[in-house]
Amino acid sequence: MLEVLRTSVHTRGKSEDTAEALASLPIRPRLGVAHWISIVVAVYAALVLTRFFVFNENWQWDVVGSYLFSKVVMEGLRNTIYLTLCTTALGLVLGVITAWCRMSHLVVLRTAAVLYIWVMRAMPPLVMLLLVFFFGALVPTLSIGIPFGPTFASVPANDVITRFSAAVIGLSIYLGAYSAEIFRSGVMALHSGQFEACKALGLPPLAAYRRILGPQLIRVITPSMANEVITIFKSTALVSVIGYRELLTTVQVIYAKNFETIPLLTVAVIWYLVLTSVAMFGQSRLEKRFGRGFNRRHRPVSKEVSTDLAAGVSR
Amino acid sequence: MTDKPLLQLVKVSKFFGDLRAVNQVSLDIMPGSVTCIVGPSGSGKSTLLRTVNMLETIDEGAILFDGAMIGHEVRNGHRVPVSKAVARRQCLNFGMVFQHFNLFPNYTALGNVTIGPMIVKGTSRKEAEANGRRALEQVGLGDRTDHYPSELSGGQQQRVAIARALAMQPKVLLFDEPTSALDPELVGEVLEVMRGLAQSGATMLVVTHEMRFAEDVSDEVVMMDAGQVIERGNPRTILHNPSTERAKKFFASVNVG
Repeated sequence: MLEVLRTSVHTRGKSEDTAEALASLPIRPRLGVAHWISIVVAVYAALVLTRFFVFNENWQWDVVGSYLFSKVVMEGLRNTIYLTLCTTALGLVLGVITAWCRMSHLVVLRTAAVLYIWVMRAMPPLVMLLLVFFFGALVPTLSIGIPFGPTFASVPANDVITRFSAAVIGLSIYLGAYSAEIFRSGVMALHSGQFEACKALGLPPLAAYRRILGPQLIRVITPSMANEVITIFKSTALVSVIGYRELLTTVQVIYAKNFETIPLLTVAVIWYLVLTSVAMFGQSRLEKRFGRGFNRRHRPVSKEVSTDLAAGVSR
Repeated sequence: MTDKPLLQLVKVSKFFGDLRAVNQVSLDIMPGSVTCIVGPSGSGKSTLLRTVNMLETIDEGAILFDGAMIGHEVRNGHRVPVSKAVARRQCLNFGMVFQHFNLFPNYTALGNVTIGPMIVKGTSRKEAEANGRRALEQVGLGDRTDHYPSELSGGQQQRVAIARALAMQPKVLLFDEPTSALDPELVGEVLEVMRGLAQSGATMLVVTHEMRFAEDVSDEVVMMDAGQVIERGNPRTILHNPSTERAKKFFASVNVG
């Protein structure tokens, strides 16, 4: 039977029986060479990783374990999370405003947005953080008023700029510039018909963005925005230069005393992994939520409906 | 026409979850013939057409081109999908014209027509452009070669899409409701091109709502409903004297001339 089928395929047998016989053979997934090679590679990788992680004394997993949930580390972790949330919230608001300015019909707003983005892109975040932290050296008192004219209110710069606020400001103005460009890319990706439909319905711009354009935009920008937010979350490690006690600073202080460098860095890495997993879970939820109407779903059309539709067309 | 079908669909089924989009459909397409598939929306016409050039996988049945099975190969008493490279090669037998044209907006009309032959067949730019110009002339767009799709009307875009399919020199042309997205006054120019192709002996499988076209041009009309072929045969008979109640209802609703 099998041989007959094989030869008939090769000799292009034309009889109905052959076609019927072919059609009746069950269809199964194709498992090619790539499939088996990938399994071999996976097994090899598993062995290498096991050797690297489990059978390498230098990790000192017991030390890692003893510090992982220690009070100091928890404190640092809490500060990292707090810093990330504040920075992200402020940064994204800044980003929306900047993107809106960047696409404004007013040339002043457009130019301001472009200048802001230009400066932020040029500035290494480390430099930014130091500049903000030492802003008091540049401008000792912050005041509201007219330059060269009267001053309405003023406050010493060093009262406003603490380690925490410097970290939040330094990182969020950074995120603001980068996310602005991502928001703009989202707007450009929207179909022009969507703007026209909103206009035709008479929707005010804010409502149009909140209810219709925004959700579509979020769907497009979620992957790159997740990248940006996770980058900012890792950049919180940079604030160790201005001495804010976040996760990395905390473990640095500990290993400076006890010289358990590798285990303590591992503690930090584990927590960064955990937090990144949380962020990525959030990303996949966002993608599902805002993929509504774009992702394929299967909705059966009943016979009655299809014939009724056809009948409905007739006058 | 010979007695051997060029394209054979044997009990082809396609499921979307619980829905049987295509249910045990068998079709024989003779070389040089024009077959029109008609039926209400959601009846599985487009899905059936798309299984032919593997835009949709099939769950049951087989598709044979020139007597040989395509899309799957026999292995130890069952079948597995062919490798992607083989699938791409098999797809070259078919040219597809989509309802919404699906032209590449970042290429001119000539660019759209030449990119396939140049990349897939390794045709030189000079030769591809000469062939491309000829294909565009064939669809009446010899003077629009340097226009981008957005600069063309719907009818012109669809004719570019036909030229793009022709440039690959396929054995069978597949049309998926080629005039459904067009303004009424633009439908004629596209149907005119298709009529010309039919007369020049092209083998065509056309999903359409244009009953006049189906009656005038096709050798066979196949009516589908709920994933099944409910009627097939001579276009005049089917369109004017359908035997099933469902077909009668459908043809009454679409105003057969």
